[in-house]
Amino acid sequence: MSDPDLNNYQLSQLDTLEAEAIHIFREVIAEFERPVLLFSGGKDSIVMLRLAQKAFYPANIPMPVLHVDTGQNFQEVLQRRDELVRRLGVQLIVGSVQEAIDNGSVVEPPDGTRNRIQTPVLLDTLEKHRFQAIFGGARRDEDKARAKERVYSFRDEFGQWDPKNQRPELWSLYNSRIHAGESIRVFPLSNWTELDIWHYIARERVELPSIYYAHEREVVDRGGMLYAVGEFITPRDGEEVLTKRVRYRTVGDANLTAAVESDADTIEKIIEEVATTRITERGATRGDDKFSEAAMEDRKREGYF
Amino acid sequence: MDILRLATAGSVDDGKSTLIGRLLYDTKTVFADQIAAVERVSQERGEERVNLALLTDGLRAEREQGITIDVAYRYFATARRKFIIADTPGHIQYTRNMVTGASTADLALVLVDARKGILEQSRRHAFLATLLQVPHLVLVVNKMDLVDYSQEVFDQIHEEFTAFAAKLRIPDLTVIPVSALNGDNVVSRSENMPWYDGTSLLHHLENVHIASDRNLIDVRFPVQYVIRPQSDDWHDYRGYAGQVAGGVLRKGDDVIVLPSGFTSRIAVIETADGEIEAAYPPMSVTVRLEDDIDVSRGDMICRPNNQPNVTQDIDAMVCWMDEKAQLRPGAKYAIKHTTRTARTIVKDLAYRLDVNSLHRDETAQALQLNEIGRVVLRSTQPLMADEYGRNRATGGFILIDEGTNRTVAAGMITDAG
Ligand SMILES: Nc1nc2c(ncn2[C@@H]2O[C@H](COP(=O)(O)OP(=O)(O)O)[C@@H](O)[C@H]2O)c(=O)[nH]1
Repeated sequence: MSDPDLNNYQLSQLDTLEAEAIHIFREVIAEFERPVLLFSGGKDSIVMLRLAQKAFYPANIPMPVLHVDTGQNFQEVLQRRDELVRRLGVQLIVGSVQEAIDNGSVVEPPDGTRNRIQTPVLLDTLEKHRFQAIFGGARRDEDKARAKERVYSFRDEFGQWDPKNQRPELWSLYNSRIHAGESIRVFPLSNWTELDIWHYIARERVELPSIYYAHEREVVDRGGMLYAVGEFITPRDGEEVLTKRVRYRTVGDANLTAAVESDADTIEKIIEEVATTRITERGATRGDDKFSEAAMEDRKREGYF
Repeated sequence: MDILRLATAGSVDDGKSTLIGRLLYDTKTVFADQIAAVERVSQERGEERVNLALLTDGLRAEREQGITIDVAYRYFATARRKFIIADTPGHIQYTRNMVTGASTADLALVLVDARKGILEQSRRHAFLATLLQVPHLVLVVNKMDLVDYSQEVFDQIHEEFTAFAAKLRIPDLTVIPVSALNGDNVVSRSENMPWYDGTSLLHHLENVHIASDRNLIDVRFPVQYVIRPQSDDWHDYRGYAGQVAGGVLRKGDDVIVLPSGFTSRIAVIETADGEIEAAYPPMSVTVRLEDDIDVSRGDMICRPNNQPNVTQDIDAMVCWMDEKAQLRPGAKYAIKHTTRTARTIVKDLAYRLDVNSLHRDETAQALQLNEIGRVVLRSTQPLMADEYGRNRATGGFILIDEGTNRTVAAGMITDAG
């Protein structure tokens, strides 16, 4: 938080958002026995960890962190995850998609993308540990379906979201009551926008995986999207490998997340870029949400975040 | 830069989605890929021009039925402010959604169609905004292009609404003529209405003064969570974490903890970023006291000379929100008020209020979905209650059905004690 304003008692936008998120973290920890924080390695989940740390300071974050590892992550992201977990002294639980494929509980789609089969692995892991409150870093500005999501998003025994049957949410009074097997997904960043996140990262000097900053990379251009050539993407016949200066706006699976051309190699330049960009975060970088107008809504109904 | 939260209400087809789409579009909040998607859908539907309303119609069911059915939140920012829009549907069957959206709003935006004038629903929307104590109200008279930008039409609507509003005690009312479709008076002043001498809608939203809407007088600090680190370094640390609900807390202040009545003094106010001199709403802070007294979640820290009512009996207006059950005298619920949860029984339903005519029906036996009434409650534990009109954070509560766990009502305390 910035210093209090003792003349007008005003709170800036970022401080207001921070205060609201901290309130939500504390509320959940006070009312649920088995909370967990979802960690994807992306900037939003790193901001979530920072907020959780602030909410309980000087105590440690009083819940474990869960990462659903598709086996197709960027190396830089996994490194950052492990560093953070070590430094904050939190327990890391990994739900492995590779393991689930190996033991036959999910089937890898023919195209090799693992985004969709993440959901059953997530749900299994949550069930195994009987987690009741699951923190996610989703923001309402990300997508039209998310715009209707509550801060406390009720899920039935199957982890499913029913957009027509959401609990009304008034003031900052959250209803934490659930029956056995049901759970609540909690979104403290609901009211943040992408730009708020970047301003906060800059202010808090949060360290992000290096791939968020502009760097040279070998990529292929697939339908206007730039994918990094590497372990998960090999150039197809007729595809030219280009060396470009790029950065990532979101971090998902290496084979699904596209890079954007950029010279923004500092946080200030990124903020400038984000403030003037004309394409949404997901539109620019996610192959997975493009299938239909309602792709995100369908996935959320199934239990995705 | 601060945040303005606004709730929008309008009847179907008054142009609410178009107006919000216009605000997002003209403040360059809409991205190229979102516009492309909207263009594609507009074309598929054979619509003549790009339908800005599609930018905000989120869920599939809504797209199919062509209406907005739930509260959706939108964000945009200008150099002056960040805006959070709670976009709520206007039909009477969605009263609960409007109440939800209005609960946190600084400003309510009520839309009318210039051709139709003030309808029953417009009155209802204005009433709900005042019931929820939204401090600022803007009546947007839309579709001015369809009445030839006529001053006469506007003046008549303005007068009619002002007369009605006088009964509601709206603290701050502004009336603006616009065309959401063409953008007149939305972001900048329109040349089509030279007779209008007010500001554009956006200019008003950017400049309306909201800082003094908070209660900075009555110190209210509901204890949310007790921080007790399990480590040797912080062995004796005991911090009371919470979000300031009212007033300004200062280091060194004498305080009383309710309901116990123990007194102490504020030793430290801090956040993870360090100690601070004072805290005010809506800051989330941790308070440490000089004395080692018993304080836990659900307690409230206040000043000894300025206390809320500590009471088990409450009079309140409630909006019933459940479609399955009804509120009836004798029914028991869980009540969540600030950070305190108790059980409560409905002692009496004094009357049901007709949200259109404001008529009080004292013979009512129950409240159904979207109905509003005045009730008397008695709780198992004392609540630290203020009148809702004095402080929304310490005057509002929710009722939860203990069987279904659903949030069944929103309540506003009218009389505590
Ligand atoms: N002529 C005119 N039409 C408008 C205006 N605003 C909205 N409309 C049209 O009114 C209809 C309903 O608008 P919409 O935004 O979907 O209304 P909602 O149901 O309140 O969200 C659509 O056909 C809009 O194009 C306006 O200012 N002028």
